Amino acid sequence: MKREIPLFLTAVIGAIVLAGFFVPHPYVSVPADYLQRCAVIVVAFGYALGGANLVQVNLEGILRRHPDWPYKLVLLAGMGVTLVFGLFVDRAKFQDPGTVSLWIYDHVYVPMNSTMFALLALFIASAAFRAFRVRSAEAALLAVSALVVMIGRVPLGDAVMAGVFDHPGLPEWMRHLRLEPLQQWIMDWPQNAAKRAILIGAAMGVMATGLRVILGIERSYLGGSD
Amino acid sequence: MTISTDFGVWIAALLTLCVFSFLYKDNPLYKFAEHLFVGVSAGYYIALNYWTVVDQYLVIPLRAAFDGSQAGGPFQAQMQDYRGWLIVPAVLGVLLFTRLFTRLSWMSRWSLAVVMGVFAGLKTTGFAQGDLVAQVQASLVPLWIPGDLWGSLNAILFTVGLVTSLLFFFYSREHKGVLGGVSRVGVWFLMISFGAGYGYTVMSRISLLIGRFQFLLVDWLHVR
Repeated sequence: MKREIPLFLTAVIGAIVLAGFFVPHPYVSVPADYLQRCAVIVVAFGYALGGANLVQVNLEGILRRHPDWPYKLVLLAGMGVTLVFGLFVDRAKFQDPGTVSLWIYDHVYVPMNSTMFALLALFIASAAFRAFRVRSAEAALLAVSALVVMIGRVPLGDAVMAGVFDHPGLPEWMRHLRLEPLQQWIMDWPQNAAKRAILIGAAMGVMATGLRVILGIERSYLGGSD
Repeated sequence: MTISTDFGVWIAALLTLCVFSFLYKDNPLYKFAEHLFVGVSAGYYIALNYWTVVDQYLVIPLRAAFDGSQAGGPFQAQMQDYRGWLIVPAVLGVLLFTRLFTRLSWMSRWSLAVVMGVFAGLKTTGFAQGDLVAQVQASLVPLWIPGDLWGSLNAILFTVGLVTSLLFFFYSREHKGVLGGVSRVGVWFLMISFGAGYGYTVMSRISLLIGRFQFLLVDWLHVR
């Protein structure tokens, strides 16, 4: 029964929400809307569960004096201070101008978040340089389109090629071969065609997975065997 | 040159430098910033979800439902006004925490079942309407545009790219013969798309990198 009841719940709830899309009658749309509200609230509790799990794992590491335990302490302190100011000190005015919660967001969270993602620029580029080799026509297509998009999206790259293709002795149509319009053409047409195919395929995949979950075929979310 | 005297700018600049120190190698300054980032992020999202979801959609409505101020009693539900019935998601939310206790963790499946059922129902229709139909509709472009040869060629190229890329994902038959040839063309389009996606991602990260250097040089060191 530990697995059957959740499977039954998923099937019934999924069917009601699915029916809510097609049947606008209040007998269906009100329960469907109520269930959506329930899911949003449960997901919000999920964030708190994640926090509790973080505390559990890191506290254990600190108490057992794992090699990196001082960093775990930093993690818990960061989380604790943010929570205390976010939930209690700045009560009901979370992230309002002048609050500590907004100060933490602006001066701690945002700088580290954007620097972490900025670091990825260097690591993506160096990983590609080390691992990527042009050994086939397909690999060449990938490399050329990546280079055109990268160089064409910066003013300097476009300006360098403009000196070549804007020469008065060349025909008008050759101006389209400048990197900026060329990268835009790649983004608008060949890239867009393949991206649409991926999106259409992904949409069909999501629909199929949704139906598998509702019909109880997909059960991996229930976890363990008991 | 005068350096910023704002305490917040100094903290942001030092944390930025701590993260950048990873470019040399993994070191205690980076580890400090990394762990602080995880902790602050967790705290921020928990607080954000409490105030934007739990407080707004659960605590305030539940309090209003049981303080006797609403006509019709605490369990008279209607669209967007679920009053006392919100006890159910509150209990389901609390049940999620049974995951922390091995012997009781099976009870969290009830909460997960509600979330999975709702999102399965929502996404099935949502993706059909928002992605599948919208993308197919936007892809049905006229192949011949009178007086616009370049536009017509682009439309034909787009349609060929879309159809061949879709056929590449058709795995019910072995990619041999005509299907093999067509799906090979699809692979070319997919490679161009992946390359462009890679270039686009690198450039967006580079713009973040420029933003961080601008912050360090202009906001912190006041170099103009």
